[in-house]
Amino acid sequence: MELHSTKQKQALNELFQEADLLSSTQIRDQIVGQLYRKSHQLVKEGVSFTKNKFDHRTEKLDAIFTSPVFGFPIMLVMLGVVFYLTIAGANIPSSMLAELFGWVEGYLTLFFTELNAPDWLHGVLVLGLYRGTSWVISVMLPPMAIFFPTFALLENYGYLPRVAFNMDRLFKTVGAHGKQSLTMAMGFGCNAAAIMSSRIIESPRERMLAILTNNFVPCNGRWGTLIVLASLFMATGFTGGMKTIVTTSVIVGIVLFGIIITFLVSWVLSKTALKGVPTHYTLELPPYRKPKFFDTVIRSSLNKSWSVLVRAVKVAAPAGILTWILANIQAGDSSILLHIVQFLDPLGQAIGLDGFILMAFLIGLPANEIVLPILLMGYLSTGALIDVDGIEDLKKIFIDQGWTWLTALNMMLFSLLHYPCGTTLVNIYKETKSAKWTFWSFIIPTGIAFFVTFLIAQLARILNWV
Amino acid sequence: MSNFRIALCGNPNTGKSTLFNALTGLKQHTGNWAGKTVEMKKGVYTYKNDQYEIVDLPGTYSLYSNSLDEEIARDFIVFGNPDITIVILDATALERNLNLALQVLEMTNRVIICINLIDEAEKLGININEKLLMRRLGVPVIKISARNKTGIPMLLDTVSRVISGVIQCTPFQIEYDEETERKIKILEPMIDRIVGHDISARWLSLRLLDGDRQLFEQIEERKARNREVLINGATFHKTKTGIK
Repeated sequence: MELHSTKQKQALNELFQEADLLSSTQIRDQIVGQLYRKSHQLVKEGVSFTKNKFDHRTEKLDAIFTSPVFGFPIMLVMLGVVFYLTIAGANIPSSMLAELFGWVEGYLTLFFTELNAPDWLHGVLVLGLYRGTSWVISVMLPPMAIFFPTFALLENYGYLPRVAFNMDRLFKTVGAHGKQSLTMAMGFGCNAAAIMSSRIIESPRERMLAILTNNFVPCNGRWGTLIVLASLFMATGFTGGMKTIVTTSVIVGIVLFGIIITFLVSWVLSKTALKGVPTHYTLELPPYRKPKFFDTVIRSSLNKSWSVLVRAVKVAAPAGILTWILANIQAGDSSILLHIVQFLDPLGQAIGLDGFILMAFLIGLPANEIVLPILLMGYLSTGALIDVDGIEDLKKIFIDQGWTWLTALNMMLFSLLHYPCGTTLVNIYKETKSAKWTFWSFIIPTGIAFFVTFLIAQLARILNWV
Repeated sequence: MSNFRIALCGNPNTGKSTLFNALTGLKQHTGNWAGKTVEMKKGVYTYKNDQYEIVDLPGTYSLYSNSLDEEIARDFIVFGNPDITIVILDATALERNLNLALQVLEMTNRVIICINLIDEAEKLGININEKLLMRRLGVPVIKISARNKTGIPMLLDTVSRVISGVIQCTPFQIEYDEETERKIKILEPMIDRIVGHDISARWLSLRLLDGDRQLFEQIEERKARNREVLINGATFHKTKTGIK
């Protein structure tokens, strides 16, 4: 057996030596050249054109969508429109769902009292499990059911490669790969999936840049948090349609800020730890194709929303139970939850947040979807239970806890910038096979999140804005 | 009832995933941009009592293992033992797409070339003489529109007839310049001795001339693993009979 393999190795080495002698640097060019000549010949023989005039629609549209003048404004408007539709459309179904779940909860509580069930059981199952999950669903499902199909329609129409085309120059300037904008686009849906999609980038260096910065694109799990906080705190002086527009602008601003941070981090990394020159690549701009409307809408809203939701609920249920238990087991004079919160509070205050928010982000590590529900459960566990009938009622809870616009803004920024979720981290490890880079993908965003929120909090306090 | 395995490869954005969905009915999102399928997706369909497992390979422009995607696709075609490889081409960009088909023809024997988006090509006034391409390439060439589900029955029938041997494939092999051909002739017998007949020695020679040593190391690794399994299997068998 051993003998066999050494003999085999020897033969292989001889083969390699022989090949080295024969190989030349032009051989790849010759092979590919021959392939192209053959393809050309085949097409010349086997394909005929009856129409001389080509369809110029795609070229005409590209002249607009990828124009140096209109390209970026159009991208911004598209982004704005998608978010506007999401926010405007999600409001009413969200509060309706919340109401529905609240109504069911009343009956559940009644049912538990009927059964003479012990208080702790009711607490764990209804106040922990049921409430945690139902909040996740009512906050997340409506925006998702609008955002995913809209995005998928743009994608299937063929607009996304144009975005990549527009962004290419910017990425080149910071030393990254143009296809990074495609992985970023995937990140809007789910960072964990986007990490996998970074395989389309050939060079390992640029792929690592895409992986390390993907987190700065808010994923679906964070949309809920961003949208709720923006609509509660950022558009207070406005009503009706204006309110939605202001909320949308805030969200677009947050997304742009994330993109700026992406460029900044890519630039710093490509000048330091990941030095190198961006490689060339071919970006295919497919013809614009009219998407199959219902097919796309139904497939993406059902499939994607459903799978993300299932994941959220899977995590939300245990996290809800955990939070309830932590909040209800007494250690000394207060609950375990409060001990954790008090421990985290000074750090939280320094960056304009509080101990509860940091605790929610910690428990929310497995999935960003549950951060807001956990936070609410934490807040509610401290005082009398308030019935939350709609999204607007949430604001009362936050205000009672001493929230200002600064708290909301910094929580949004922290959510945008902080460490990737557990699934994403696992995927980063799987893709890079490196504990070191997985660690950095945790530390870099977290460091930036603390730095940015600290800066804003201190600035706002010095200037007496709050 | 037998089980067969089909590899589905093609350039990005040629409707590979659409065909995959049409065949398997497995719901999966297909996007209109390059490099969407980063993982291999598997699906199953039945045709005339036979079961076909179809694997949707990542979309690539070549199979020279420039990137992880290309490596995944290439490895599956070479090492994944597909009973048949379907190369899907975009009818509106046939010249560029044919490059990949020509590469696949060098790698494996049983290939079907599937020209997709034929409806779009007809709209653009592109007429494709698939019979001529079939004669030139030595494998079945089928025009389909995966979106409108035209040509699919023909494709399914051809797949089953190629697998059962009713249709014989003699994939066209590109002839390179004299210099390269001479080098191939030197390497081919050496590779034949080391690797065996499972993988085309001509293709391996080309890969080696291109400097792809990693491919050979991988072959050795796979062989070693197979031997181990064989030995373990044998010992397991022995103890089993011993108990008897």
